[in-house]
Amino acid sequence: MITRRNFVRGLLRFAFGISWHPSVATVAFRKRAMGEEGQAPRWAFLVDTYKCVGCGFCVKACKLENDVPYDANVTRTWVERYILTKSGEVLADTPKGGRDGFITPKVQQNTGHYREVKPEEIAKAFFVPKLCNQCENPPCVQVCPVGATYQTEDGVVLVDRQWCIGCGYCIMACPYGVRFFHPVYKVADKCNFCYHRIHQGLKPACVEACPFEARLIGDLNNPDAPVTRFINTQRVGVLKEDYGTKPQVYYAGLSKEVR
Amino acid sequence: MHVWRPLYVVLALIAGVLVARHVLVPRDFGVSSRGYTYGWHRKSNEAEWKAIKPKYRGRDYCKDCHEEQIKNILQSPHAPIQCENCHGPAMDHPDTPEKLPITRDREQCLRCHTHLPYPGSARAKIKGIVPEKHYADTECSACHNPHHPGQ
Repeated sequence: MITRRNFVRGLLRFAFGISWHPSVATVAFRKRAMGEEGQAPRWAFLVDTYKCVGCGFCVKACKLENDVPYDANVTRTWVERYILTKSGEVLADTPKGGRDGFITPKVQQNTGHYREVKPEEIAKAFFVPKLCNQCENPPCVQVCPVGATYQTEDGVVLVDRQWCIGCGYCIMACPYGVRFFHPVYKVADKCNFCYHRIHQGLKPACVEACPFEARLIGDLNNPDAPVTRFINTQRVGVLKEDYGTKPQVYYAGLSKEVR
Repeated sequence: MHVWRPLYVVLALIAGVLVARHVLVPRDFGVSSRGYTYGWHRKSNEAEWKAIKPKYRGRDYCKDCHEEQIKNILQSPHAPIQCENCHGPAMDHPDTPEKLPITRDREQCLRCHTHLPYPGSARAKIKGIVPEKHYADTECSACHNPHHPGQ
């Protein structure tokens, strides 16, 4: 017969027993486990919108480096142009993701439609490169039903092309629209800070291609890295901070019109 | 006894699922330091990403053979522009590809040199042209040397 005493005793034994299972233990002792590693870098990106001129060399280099189909309407990084007119309008476009740069003052409105903006109408105008934010709390990873996308110890979010089933949840979950369906591999794809390059001592292809140092990468765990020093001492912003995703792509010269 | 039969069916199903899981799930599939929510993955995939061969090799890769051109461009206002921005990714050049395709159309130069007078952007400070009015049908390199545009 089950007595109250036996029931409570059994319950305590069960709880104690299960707490040793690795899946429970990793959650309970996560903080300590992370502290022990300590030495892994934390990759972060710095985009200086004052320096970007919208040449689009970054987009071109990214597409070629990472085998993103060149003419398909998908890209891991892109450059947006913002024009704020004196009458208070906000115009924004990114023709072909900025792959071929911005070679005309006309602003793309909808497919095939362009709008002429006279220089004297412009209050301010600037270019904003976009890429994966490698969030500290990535919503795209939370929704993956099969464990095909994950965050590495150095903070980069990767996609396992063998394991991805192409359901597209992560594409919907990303608040920044960074993910897309790769037309060739038929899986979710995204910017990963050129994970192969940063682990072979190189800079990401977009950083290397940028002639104006508008794009920089660095290790946040190294306080002497130029990027870390800039982020810690200068005024920088992140995109959609109120979402709680904790993006690791920092922007200098961010404006509220940029989303 | 017939009342136990459904139980056997359920047990057989559970056993089937466990066996299938054992066969299908890779050995190194597990939880990393970030816990189930963010770190549940196949560990060997990290190494697969790291092993990809870079296509863009950087200026240092070019300098042994093309010393003269690099010396030239480094003395010009085009110094910060990487070789591969116009010549394409080197990959294993000169083996594969033997020859690199050069992008020399007007659009390549206009990426920076279409005049866009944008207040607050560095673009406004670059010497620019109105493409339709500046020798519209001529290649830029007919007059300007891309490695030394000042000359």
